[in-house]
Amino acid sequence: MPLIIAENIRKEYQAGEVSIKALKGLSFEIEPASFVSFVGPSGSGKTTLLNLIGCLDKPTEGKLVVADTDVLHLDRKRSALFRGNTIGFIFQDFNLMPVLTVYENIEYPLLMVQNTPVDERKRRVTALLNAVGMIEQKDKYPDQISGGQKQRVAIARALVTNPKLVLADEPTANLDHTTAYMVIELMKKMRDEFNTTFIFSTHDQKIVGEAEILYTLEDGELKDRLVKGGKGNG
Amino acid sequence: MGNLFKIAVRNLLRYKRRTLLTASLITIGVVFVIVFLAVSGSFKNMMIGQITDSMLGHVQVHRKGYVASIDNLPLNLNMKAGAAEKVKSMLDKEAAIEAYSPRIKFGGMFSNFVETTNVRLVAVYPEKEFATVPLLPSRITDGEKSIKRGEILVPNLLAKGMGVKVGDTVVVVATNKDGSVNGKQFRVSGVVEGITGPGGRDGYIHIEDAVELLRMEEPEVSEIAIRLKDFSKLNRFAEKINGLLGSELNKQGKPAFEVHTWENLSPFYNVARMIDMMTFFIKLMLIAIVLISIMNVMIMAVYERIREIGTIAAIGTLPGKILSLFVIEGFLLGVTGAVIGDIAGMAIIYVINLSNITFNFGQQTGLLLTATITPTDLMTISVTVIIVSVIASLQPAFKASRMEPIKALRHV
Repeated sequence: MPLIIAENIRKEYQAGEVSIKALKGLSFEIEPASFVSFVGPSGSGKTTLLNLIGCLDKPTEGKLVVADTDVLHLDRKRSALFRGNTIGFIFQDFNLMPVLTVYENIEYPLLMVQNTPVDERKRRVTALLNAVGMIEQKDKYPDQISGGQKQRVAIARALVTNPKLVLADEPTANLDHTTAYMVIELMKKMRDEFNTTFIFSTHDQKIVGEAEILYTLEDGELKDRLVKGGKGNG
Repeated sequence: MGNLFKIAVRNLLRYKRRTLLTASLITIGVVFVIVFLAVSGSFKNMMIGQITDSMLGHVQVHRKGYVASIDNLPLNLNMKAGAAEKVKSMLDKEAAIEAYSPRIKFGGMFSNFVETTNVRLVAVYPEKEFATVPLLPSRITDGEKSIKRGEILVPNLLAKGMGVKVGDTVVVVATNKDGSVNGKQFRVSGVVEGITGPGGRDGYIHIEDAVELLRMEEPEVSEIAIRLKDFSKLNRFAEKINGLLGSELNKQGKPAFEVHTWENLSPFYNVARMIDMMTFFIKLMLIAIVLISIMNVMIMAVYERIREIGTIAAIGTLPGKILSLFVIEGFLLGVTGAVIGDIAGMAIIYVINLSNITFNFGQQTGLLLTATITPTDLMTISVTVIIVSVIASLQPAFKASRMEPIKALRHV
């Protein structure tokens, strides 16, 4: 059973009097534990698509099922609950809470979204801190660590709730190539370790090669699908 | 909830200067209200105390219609002895009363055998009068602090004008209610200082001398002044006594008595009300300060943290929790301002009281300002500030909680 089923999804924006067709009838399926990348130039619709899959926005038309849930019909609260329990997010600008330490940033979704008991929280956060190699920095604040380290923390935060899906919009855009490569490797390692589906968007050709399934978007349309192996990608 | 508080505290500390400024503004407002309340309350209580404890008493009972003609001191509107006894026997049963004093008030001519002038006199039973208006002895500036038979306490302005001294003999001539004129010699036993307010410049004689001078067959009473054990129960007591006396009817079938609190008898009640009004407006100003400053700081906080709001919303934080986060920040600002304001306000009150500031009221000089604030007032001010802080932060917090994550994440 695919984790994501998208059928003919369209998204139109109204910019003043002009209607912009951001997505023009996309259909695809993504299996669990995949490592997928959407690539394409700026304005091709990558972020819009990730926002739809992440239930941050709704398609104008079409069918979108994520983790057996028809996300088109979720109200505001259910949508938030669904995101909190099913999806992890990694942002281009890391988006860590500046007033929380590394440990607290990773702990935040367990504390504020899932109300996880304290022992379980400690266990999961410590495990992820070790997994992303940030245990030594756990008491530091985001402004005391590097960009690469911030993105590692963001990956740990995205994974801490044991989501079925992690969405990363241009996760390496603000990192140098070496760090970017390490971040992608870390994401892949996490996928292997936790069996979580990772979907990321990028326009960095060097990073693109790391994806196991590659969707190419152009002008709101899916132009190509390239499968390079990996889990669940038969 | 504890974690929401932790995050809220850290967010407040993140903008230290702004938080400090806002909390300071609230603190200054709270201090201002507390000090104003303490000082104006002290002045008001002093003023009321001077009026009620020097002359008026807390409550007065008259025969119906007396107060309307009170400036004439109408002897024909005195309570008859029987009626006065009825009132007294009823008052004797009231546990709320500390003391009461029957009085005969009348006007007459005062002569030192050289000059004559008019005088207003209050005839009393000294022990009862001193118990009912305990500041009266302190008004006797010269001579004995008593009112014996055959003696008179002369108002100080009259004594000065007429050149009368303690020990002198004077004559008081008065017309009784039948029009018959009579005179009586008195020894000046003391000089009584005038006070501001009705009856504040009256002389005093013993009630039995008045009965003799006015040729009353039995002692009539112009008014009965009452002192309560607990002044705060004034209106409740007045209502009760009014109800009890209301059933006593005169020959025309109308109520025989009328009951008035000091508020109905003294023009200074309006001054007291003005102080209350000023206090009310000062409190309104505090509310406005808190409302505007908290709202301003919270609107700024929401605006500056739009992307953060977008992030926490995206990762699944429910709108209610986002709302709570900002409301708690407003709440904490209010609590901080209120607590520091309370402490600073009480410290200033302490310093004021240490400074022995005096003021004058009417002819009383050198009244010591004793600024006090009750725990109830402190609590009311603090709770008001905190509630207003929460209300002020609701709108920005609601806006934050309703933000679309996708739009918030795009915010630059």
